[in-house]
Amino acid sequence: MPKQKFSAFSLISRGLSGQRGWQEQWRKPQPKPQYDALIVGGGGHGLGAAYYLAQEHGLTNIAVLEKGWIGGGNTGRNTTIIRSNYLFNESAALYDHSLKLWENLSAALNYNMMFSQRGVMMLAHTIHDIQVIKRHVHANRCNGVDNEWLEPEQAKAFCPLLNISDNIRYPVLGAALQRRGGTARHDAVAWGYARAADALGVDIIENCEVTGIRRDAHGAIEGVETTRGPIKSGKVGVSAAGHTSVVMAMAGVRVPLESFPLQALVSEPIKPIFPCVVMSNTIHAYISQSDKGELVIGAGTDAYISYTQRGALHINMHTLDAICELFPEFRRMRMLRNWGGIVDVTPDRSPIIGKTPVPGLYVNCGWGTGGFKATPGSAHLFAWTIARDEPHPINAPFNLERFRSGELIDEAAAAAVSH
Amino acid sequence: MLLIPCPYCGERPEVEFTHGGEAHLIRPSPPAQVDDETWTRFLYMRDNLKGVSAERWRHAHGCGQFFNALRDTTTDHFVAVYKRGQPKPP
Repeated sequence: MPKQKFSAFSLISRGLSGQRGWQEQWRKPQPKPQYDALIVGGGGHGLGAAYYLAQEHGLTNIAVLEKGWIGGGNTGRNTTIIRSNYLFNESAALYDHSLKLWENLSAALNYNMMFSQRGVMMLAHTIHDIQVIKRHVHANRCNGVDNEWLEPEQAKAFCPLLNISDNIRYPVLGAALQRRGGTARHDAVAWGYARAADALGVDIIENCEVTGIRRDAHGAIEGVETTRGPIKSGKVGVSAAGHTSVVMAMAGVRVPLESFPLQALVSEPIKPIFPCVVMSNTIHAYISQSDKGELVIGAGTDAYISYTQRGALHINMHTLDAICELFPEFRRMRMLRNWGGIVDVTPDRSPIIGKTPVPGLYVNCGWGTGGFKATPGSAHLFAWTIARDEPHPINAPFNLERFRSGELIDEAAAAAVSH
Repeated sequence: MLLIPCPYCGERPEVEFTHGGEAHLIRPSPPAQVDDETWTRFLYMRDNLKGVSAERWRHAHGCGQFFNALRDTTTDHFVAVYKRGQPKPP
C-alpha cells in the first residue's frame, strides 16, 4: 500500500485543511494462515527486522506478532541513549554499525526519529575509572569510533551544570565524550519501522501472543500457536527481549538469559537546560533531557529476576542521590513518573543474534540494559541472518555457541551503568 | 522494596539481602571429566522462569546465611523459604 510522504509541505497543507486526510500509518490485518517468516515481538528490533527483511531481502509475505501493542515493551520504556563506545572489536563493530544506520534513519524511513547527536559523556570518579575510560578511548579510536578524553574543566565546558568541585563524595576526575552519541525519540522508532514495513506489505499483528511453537518430525520449525489461532511458517525469528526465555522454552531451547527489571524515571518538564547525555558507571546514574523538557534518568537493574515491569524505590533513590550530587541545581526538582521494563541479560553482557539448534528458529536477545541504541543495527543483522540462514560477519561472533566454545565477548567488565 | 522472610531472622527489607540466582544448580564433578555441554548448562543456561521459581538468597547484611526461596516472578510474592540443603518444597 503506498504511503503518504511526510514532508514540510504535507504538514503545512494538512494543517491548513484542519488535519483531515491523513492516512492510517499501518493496517490492522487479520493473521493469515501462513507466512514465509514470522517475527515474534513487535518492539523496535522486531519491527526493524521485518522492515529489512522486506526492504533488503524481498521477503514481503511476513508478519510481526506482538502480544500487546507495538513499542509497548522496552522500546517505549528505555532512556533513549545512543552510543557506540564499546571496548571490544566485535562490540564496536556491532554498535557502530547501528549508529551509522541511526544517522540516516529518519530519511530512510521518511519518519522523524528526532535523532540528536548531542554527545554522550561518561564520567570518571576514581583512578581506576580514569584508566578504564582512557583504555576505552584508545580502543574506540583504533576501531574508528570517535571518543575523546576530557579533563574536568573541559567536561564542565561541555555540560555547564556538571559539578566538578573536589568536595563531593565522588569528584569528577575526567570524562570520555562520544560526540556522535545522543538520543532519539523511542516511540518514533517503533512507529517509523512499523509504517515502513507495512508499506512493503508486512502484516503487523497486535494483541497476538505466541503460546506455542510447532516443530515437525525432524525438529524443524513448522509454525506457531497464538491467541489468534495457529500460523504456519518455516522461519521464526524471536525478538522478545525480557520474555525470550519464555518463548524459546516453547521450542525446547534453553538460553543463557536472566530477566531483570530495569527502571527509569522522568522529572516534570522544564525549559532546555541540559545539553547532552551524562553517564556515570561508578555512581550508577545517567541523565539527559527530552525534547519535551523532562529530565530522563536511568538507574541500575533491580537485583532479582522478575517479570513484573516494576522495581523497588531504593534503586531510584540511589540514582537520584548521584544525580543530586553531580547536578545540585536539580535537588528541588520533582519527579513525575517512574516505570520498569524487563531486560534480558546474558552472562557476558553481549547480545545473542543468530541461529539456534532448531532449524528455522532464530533469536535476537540478550541486549540487557542497552538495546535501544542497537535497534537499527540489530534489526538489520537479524533480518540478514533470517533471510540467508547464516549470520552477517558483524553478528557472527554474537552466536549462542559462544557459551559452549568459551569465545565470550565480555563487555560485562567493560560496560556502562547497571551491568 | 521487598520484605524477605529470612528463615533465620524473619522478615527483613530487601536491601539486607543479595540475590544468588537460580537454586539447586549442582556443580558437575570431577571437573576434568565433565564435557563442554554439561559445563555450559551449569555455568550459563538458566530456566529464567516466568512463574514460581526456586532461587538462592543470602542475608548478607544480617545473619550472613544462604537460603533458598520459592518466589513468583510475575508478582514478586514469596511463596516459601527453606534452609540450604533442604529439598525444594512441592
